[in-house]
Amino acid sequence: MSWLPVLPIILPFAVAALCLTARKDFKRQQMLSMLGAMLHFGVCLALLFHVCKNGMVTSQIGDWPSPFGITLAADHLSAIMVAVTGTLSLAVMLYSTAEIKSHMIAAGYHPLMHILIGGVCGAFLTGDLFNLYVWFEVMLMASFGLLVLGQEKEQFDGGVKYVMINLFSTLLFISGLGLLYGMTGTLNMADLHLKIPGLPDKALLTGVAVIFMTAFGIKAGIFPLFFWLPVSYHTPPVAVSAILGGLLTKVGVYALIRMFTLVFTFDIAHTHGLLLIAAGFTMVTGVLGAAAFNELRRILSFHIISQVGYMVMGLALFTPLALTGAVFYLLHHMIVKANLFLISGVSRRVGGSFELSELGGFYKSRGFLALLFFIPAFSLAGFPPLSGFWAKMVLIRASLEVDAYAIAATAAVVGLLTIYSMTKIWAEAFWKPAAASGVSEISGQAETAGFWMLLPIAALAVLTLIIGLAPGPFLNMAGQAAHELLNPDIYVRAVLGGV
Amino acid sequence: METVLSFLCGIMAAASIYLMLAGNIIRFIFGLVLATNAVNLLIFISGRLSSPRPPLIGEAFEVPSEAVSNALPQALILTAIVIGFALLSFVFILFYRSYQSLGTVDTEAMRFAEPVNAPVDDSGEGRAAELKGRDR
Repeated sequence: MSWLPVLPIILPFAVAALCLTARKDFKRQQMLSMLGAMLHFGVCLALLFHVCKNGMVTSQIGDWPSPFGITLAADHLSAIMVAVTGTLSLAVMLYSTAEIKSHMIAAGYHPLMHILIGGVCGAFLTGDLFNLYVWFEVMLMASFGLLVLGQEKEQFDGGVKYVMINLFSTLLFISGLGLLYGMTGTLNMADLHLKIPGLPDKALLTGVAVIFMTAFGIKAGIFPLFFWLPVSYHTPPVAVSAILGGLLTKVGVYALIRMFTLVFTFDIAHTHGLLLIAAGFTMVTGVLGAAAFNELRRILSFHIISQVGYMVMGLALFTPLALTGAVFYLLHHMIVKANLFLISGVSRRVGGSFELSELGGFYKSRGFLALLFFIPAFSLAGFPPLSGFWAKMVLIRASLEVDAYAIAATAAVVGLLTIYSMTKIWAEAFWKPAAASGVSEISGQAETAGFWMLLPIAALAVLTLIIGLAPGPFLNMAGQAAHELLNPDIYVRAVLGGV
Repeated sequence: METVLSFLCGIMAAASIYLMLAGNIIRFIFGLVLATNAVNLLIFISGRLSSPRPPLIGEAFEVPSEAVSNALPQALILTAIVIGFALLSFVFILFYRSYQSLGTVDTEAMRFAEPVNAPVDDSGEGRAAELKGRDR
């Protein structure tokens, strides 16, 4: 049994437990948490390197042979996702040393954060549907706690809605899971892949597939199931926003990709056709929402939605190039999005507000911050040669290859609108003279953005630049992932062993 | 027996959705409890109610000598119940604290995260009014 896929999961839980033992000692908690995040980062990268070098790695918990025991399986997709999770969690931990106040630490910020990270990694690595459900619950529970940490009115309001819809989606997920078990007698994903072609009633199975699509669609925030997202993501502390915005919806996207490449591939015309339509609407509504709002974090929340549309589009097109694009998009988007949320925190710190109308003059007064914002923002919008450009280009090219002109046009137009809303932020917060609310007032109340706030932002921006300037290795990795996704036999053989 | 239980499961699901959509967070909790149980029942039925015998194997045998009940759904349900219970207790606390903080249990009145500041204009465009409200 290989320990490598187990470590990214148990490490955060161990750190969370250790943090709980130091409940009263905030300094020690912070140190433990930081050490844990660094170690986790290392382990996640090690997993990625191992998978890139030696191919898929699996681990049967307790040496129970698959499909009877719990399987952890890391193919390229899982490994990439886990590696990005490790990166983001480290960045956010660094940032939170500057942002998270002691009353939040007292309320359990650090343990909750690590439990969340552990849950996310578990969801990425598990090869078993019921186990996936458990990780979803772990993750949700921690995110519920994090979302209402400050105990403010907006947080309770956003939190209640977030909890309601997410619990409902989990119930949908588990009922789909129950039905699938009733039909096939197994919940191991690889085993499901083998059992499903032999089932007599495919129409019923399509119904189950749509239940799964709805459940994961709610988590991923695809049209028309995304309304919970912009209600809640702008309410918690910025560090939490960043981790939720960067990671959580992407777990939903990951689950969609996994299920609809490994298990539900018997009726591609219907299921993936439906996904393609949903993807188009997701892109458009998301970007229109972003264009309509003037509060930094709400704009960013709506952008998550429109970007999720691109990833789902890659899945729906279901060609090697499209899936490569989807995986690359995931990789690029998670880094950029978390970074933008962190930057919104800094501009709030130095400008005193999230409202664009109250911000201004950063270009003059904070040139470095302007540069740091420029990289992820225009990468998200898809400016060459930043990472978002390659992601969008691959996806649009993939859609042209299969003559899906409508979706290609949608993707291009939505890219343009994304540029519009990013330019809006740029013009309002950076170029506009700071006179709107009085320079003196701003400089009067402005706190300095500490080194620990800027360090993770700069690091993530550099990472974005690297992906943008040298996309080759990353595209190769995504291509490998797509290859594995489209040839599920690789996954099945690795999990079940030469069946 | 499976048919009867299936109908029961359906009725519970319908009732739970009715309660969840009632626009009141107290009712939502009851709907949630009912829905959790409906789902548990669904998993139970999916595993087939084949036999009332416990899944035990006699000492002399390698496999059970006669049909036994399916133990896996029960294990799954047990896990789901435990998780559901934990979530439920969290939801109770959260909703109670929200009620204390927001002073309402009506989901329509809960507009603190997305405030509506401007009154609805005469064209009836609630959305436009909301956007105007956001602009401040």
